[in-house]
Amino acid sequence: MSLWSRIANVLRGDRLSRDIAEELESHIQEAIEHGRDPAEARKSFGSPLRHLDDSHDLRVLPWLDSLRADAIFGWRQLKKNKVTSAAAILSLALAIGSCTATFRLIDALFLRPLPIADPQRLYVISRPGGGFGDGWEHMRFRRMRAAMKGQADLIAVSFPEQTDLAYASDQGPDRGMEKAYVQYVSGRMFRSFGLRPALGRLLTEDDDLEPGAHPVAVLSYDYWTRRFGRNPKAVGSTATIARKYGMGSDVFEIVGVAGEGFAGTEPGTQTELFVPAMMHPLVNLPVAALFRTFVRLPSGVAPEPVRDRLDAALHAIDQEQAKEFPNRLSQTLMMDPAASGVSRMQKDYGQSLAALGVLVALVLLIACANVANLLSAQAAARAREMALRVSIGAGRAQLMRLVLVESAMLALAAVAVGAIVAWQSAPFVVARVNPPDNPARLSLTADWRVLGVGLALALAVTLLLGLAPALRASAVRPASALRGGENPRSRGRLMHTLIAVQTAFCFLVLFVSGLFAATFDRLTHQPAGFSVDGLLALDTVTPRDEPPSAWEQVAEHLRSVPGVESVAVSEWPLLDGNGYRYNHVSIEGGPPIEARVQFLLVSPGWIETMKIPLIEGRDLRADETGAAIVNREFVRKYFPERDPLGKWFEAKPGGQWGRRFQIVGSVGDTRYQTVRDPILPLAFIPHQNPWHVESLIVRVSPSNKPASPLALASILRQEVSRARPGFRVTKIRTQEGMLQSQTVRERLLAMLALFFAVVALLLAAIGLYGVLNYSVLQRQREIGIRMAIGAPAADIARRITTDVFSMVLLGALAGLALGLSSVRYIESLLYQVKPTDPAMLTLPSLTILVAASLAALPAVIRAIRIDPATTLRAE
Amino acid sequence: MLRVEEGSLYPALHRMEETGWIRAKWITKDTGRRARLYELTAAGKKQLESEQSRWQAVTTAVNRVLRMA
Repeated sequence: MSLWSRIANVLRGDRLSRDIAEELESHIQEAIEHGRDPAEARKSFGSPLRHLDDSHDLRVLPWLDSLRADAIFGWRQLKKNKVTSAAAILSLALAIGSCTATFRLIDALFLRPLPIADPQRLYVISRPGGGFGDGWEHMRFRRMRAAMKGQADLIAVSFPEQTDLAYASDQGPDRGMEKAYVQYVSGRMFRSFGLRPALGRLLTEDDDLEPGAHPVAVLSYDYWTRRFGRNPKAVGSTATIARKYGMGSDVFEIVGVAGEGFAGTEPGTQTELFVPAMMHPLVNLPVAALFRTFVRLPSGVAPEPVRDRLDAALHAIDQEQAKEFPNRLSQTLMMDPAASGVSRMQKDYGQSLAALGVLVALVLLIACANVANLLSAQAAARAREMALRVSIGAGRAQLMRLVLVESAMLALAAVAVGAIVAWQSAPFVVARVNPPDNPARLSLTADWRVLGVGLALALAVTLLLGLAPALRASAVRPASALRGGENPRSRGRLMHTLIAVQTAFCFLVLFVSGLFAATFDRLTHQPAGFSVDGLLALDTVTPRDEPPSAWEQVAEHLRSVPGVESVAVSEWPLLDGNGYRYNHVSIEGGPPIEARVQFLLVSPGWIETMKIPLIEGRDLRADETGAAIVNREFVRKYFPERDPLGKWFEAKPGGQWGRRFQIVGSVGDTRYQTVRDPILPLAFIPHQNPWHVESLIVRVSPSNKPASPLALASILRQEVSRARPGFRVTKIRTQEGMLQSQTVRERLLAMLALFFAVVALLLAAIGLYGVLNYSVLQRQREIGIRMAIGAPAADIARRITTDVFSMVLLGALAGLALGLSSVRYIESLLYQVKPTDPAMLTLPSLTILVAASLAALPAVIRAIRIDPATTLRAE
Repeated sequence: MLRVEEGSLYPALHRMEETGWIRAKWITKDTGRRARLYELTAAGKKQLESEQSRWQAVTTAVNRVLRMA
C-alpha cells in the first residue's frame, strides 16, 4: 500500500481498527461454526487486541499515528485548562504578532530586493563627510558616467518629491492642481533595470540627452491604477508639472506606464511619475547635489575594482575644479550594495526599528517565560500521569513528544492569532511614520519570508516552552513520583529563575521606553520662542521674480480678510524643518567669526506676527536693506556687556564680503530650523532682491480659535491669487503641524515602546502571580503546620514572598546592568535625556516593585487565610 | 513442538498484503457475516515460486547432509 494510503489510514484510524477487529472476529466465529469449543477457539487464537495492534501499525505510519494521538490528547489538555490556555495563547500571540509586524517593517524597508533584474548588481555611491552625503550634481554624474563607459552603468535618480501638477483633462489655471511624487531619472534606468512597460513605452537614453528637450513622463503602475483607474487613455495625455526649484512649469506628455510592482528605488516613498533627468530645471547647476547615483555592475564583475576606477575618475574630475571646491579632493568614495534600494527613511528609521525589534523580542521572551511557568505548574500536577505512562511502558522519546506536541499546539495557535495582530499593526505603524499630509508608502506584502519568520518563531517558542518540561517529563522516576514524594523545591528553582529573567527583561523594556517617552516629552515641550497657535504659512510662488513691495502688497490684501490678525512675509517659516541660511560674520570690522550665524529674510512686521518679544530697539522698516534684528544669543555671544543697538556686522550672503548690517533691534531667542536645534545666534534681515518663492505668514485672530486655522485655508488661497495675478499658493501649513512633523518618529517610538512596556509589565505581573500562587498551593501543608504551631501571619507572608522577591530584585539589578550597558546603541535616538539620570532609573524600578507587590497580594492573602484545621485534615 | 497462535496469521496476512503479494476483498457469506477473502497477486506468485525453490534448495542440502551422517 502506498504512503498516501498509510497517511489516509491515520486519519480514519477508527474505521481501520473496526475492519481489522471484524476480520479477526469472523475467524473465531467460523471456527465455532466448524464445531470447535468457543473457549478453546479463543484461547488458541491468542490476544485479539495484540493482533489488532500489530495489524493496525502495519497499515499506518506509526509515528504519524501516535502524533495524531498526542495532538488529540494535547487538545484535550488545552481545553481542560481553558483560562490558562487562553492566557498563554493571547500573550504569545501578542508577542509573536508584534515580532512578525516588526519583521515586516524591517523587511519592507531594508531586506526585500527591488523588483528589478539582478538587484544584487545594483550599488549606490556616496561621499561620507561631503556635505550632501549621497547627493550628486548632475554635471559631475555625467562626467563620471562618461569616464566609466563600458565598465559599469551609472544611473542618476533625483530624490522623489511631492510636486504640484495638473492634467490637461482638468480645466482652469489653478483648478485641478494636485500633488504627486515626481522623480527625475536617467533615461537608461528602465533598460538597465530590465523593466518592461505595462502600456506605451518607458524612458530611453534618447529622452535624456539634451537639457529640457524631451518633456515625456512615465507613470508607475500603482499610480495609474489609483489616479486613472487603469484608463489606457492616460497614455498620450499631458501633465503640467511645476518646477520645484525654478519658476513656472513644463508640459509633459505621458508616454507609458511602467510594469506592475516598480515604484522607484526609495523604500518608504513610491514614485508616481518618472521623467528624464535632463528635464530637471537645475540639471546644469554645478552646486545642486540633487541626484542619487547608482552603479550597475556588469554581471560577474567584482565591485571593488569598479569602485577604485570610479574613485580615480572622480578624483581626476575634482582635480580640475580644485580651485572652486578644494575640500572635495580629500573625500573618498563609498560604494555600497543597494539591492533593496536606498532611502532617507532607511536612515531615519533604521535604528528605531532595530530598537523596536529588540523590545518586541524581549516581550516575546517574557511571554515565553510566562507560559513556561504556567506549563511548569501544570506539569507538576501531571507528574503522576507521566509516572503512570512510564510504568506501563512509555519511552522517554514518547513522553518528550507528548509534551512538545502540546507546546507546539500552543505556539501554532498563538501564531495564527499573532498573524492577525501582525496583519493589522504593520500598516498602522506605517501610517504613523510620516506627517499625515505626506504619508509613507511601504509595500507590505505578506510573502514566504513573513510566513517563514512566523513559523520560525513558532518553532523557537515551542522549543523554549516545551523543552524544559519535556526533559523533566522524560526524566520522571515513576517509583518516587507515584509515591507523591518528588521534591517540590526542584521545580521551584526553574520557575524562580524564569521570574528573575522576566523581571530583568521587563526592567529593560520599561527603562528603554521611559527614555523614549522622556525624549518625546522634552521635544514637544521645547519652547519655540514664539507663539505657535493660530500661525499659518502659505508657501507661495510667482511666475517671475517679484520685488519685496509686490509681496508686501499681497500681505496687505490678506490683512483685510476677516479672521486674519496679521500677515508678514519670510523666505520660509521658522522651524519648518528644512530651510536654513548661514553665513560667517565679522563684528564691527573685526576678523571673521569661526562659528556661523543663521539668517532669515523677513518683512517688516514679521516679529510682531510671530509674537517674538522685542527686547530693545525697533522693528525693520520698508526699503531698509541694511538693517538687522538679532536675537538674545547673538547679543550674548558677540556683544557681551555692550549695547548692540547701532552697531554693525558684515556678512557674505552672496559669497563676497562687505555687505554691512546695522543692528536696529534685539529679540528673544527662537529655535531656527528644527526643534532639536540648540539656541543659535540668529539675524533677521530684510529682503534684498526680487524673488519668486516666499512664505506668507498669517496669524489667525484668537476669536477664530475654536476652528482650526486651516479653516481659512481655501479663502486665503483664493485671496492670494486675487491680490496679484500669477501669485499662487502651493502649500498651506500650520506652524503646529510643522512642529509635530519633526517629532513624528519620537512620537511613534514613545507610543510603541510604552505599549510594549505595559504589555511586558502585565505579563511579568501575571507570571509572578502564577508562580506565587503555585508555591502557596505546594506549601499548603507546611503553612498549615506553621500556623498551627503559632506562626504569625507576617511570618507566613515573608516566608512565601522572600524567595520570589529576591528573584525580582536580582532580575531588576540584572536589567539595570543590561540597560546601562546597552543604552549607547540608542543614544542617537534620545534628546536631552540622560540614561544615568536617577529619575530614568528609579521610575522603572518603582513600577516593577509596585507591580510585583500587587501581583503577590492575592497569593499572600490566600496563604494567610489557610485554615490549619481544614488543610491538615485534608492531607 | 512449535506453537503458533492462530491469530498471528492475520498480522502476517496484512504484512503480505502491504507488500503486495496478496490482495483481499470483503465478501458476504450465506450467514450474513462478512469475511475477507485473500488471493495471490502476480507478484505474490513469483515470490511464492522463489521462496519454494529456496526451500527446496535448503531441504535438499539438509537431506544431503543427513544422508552423509
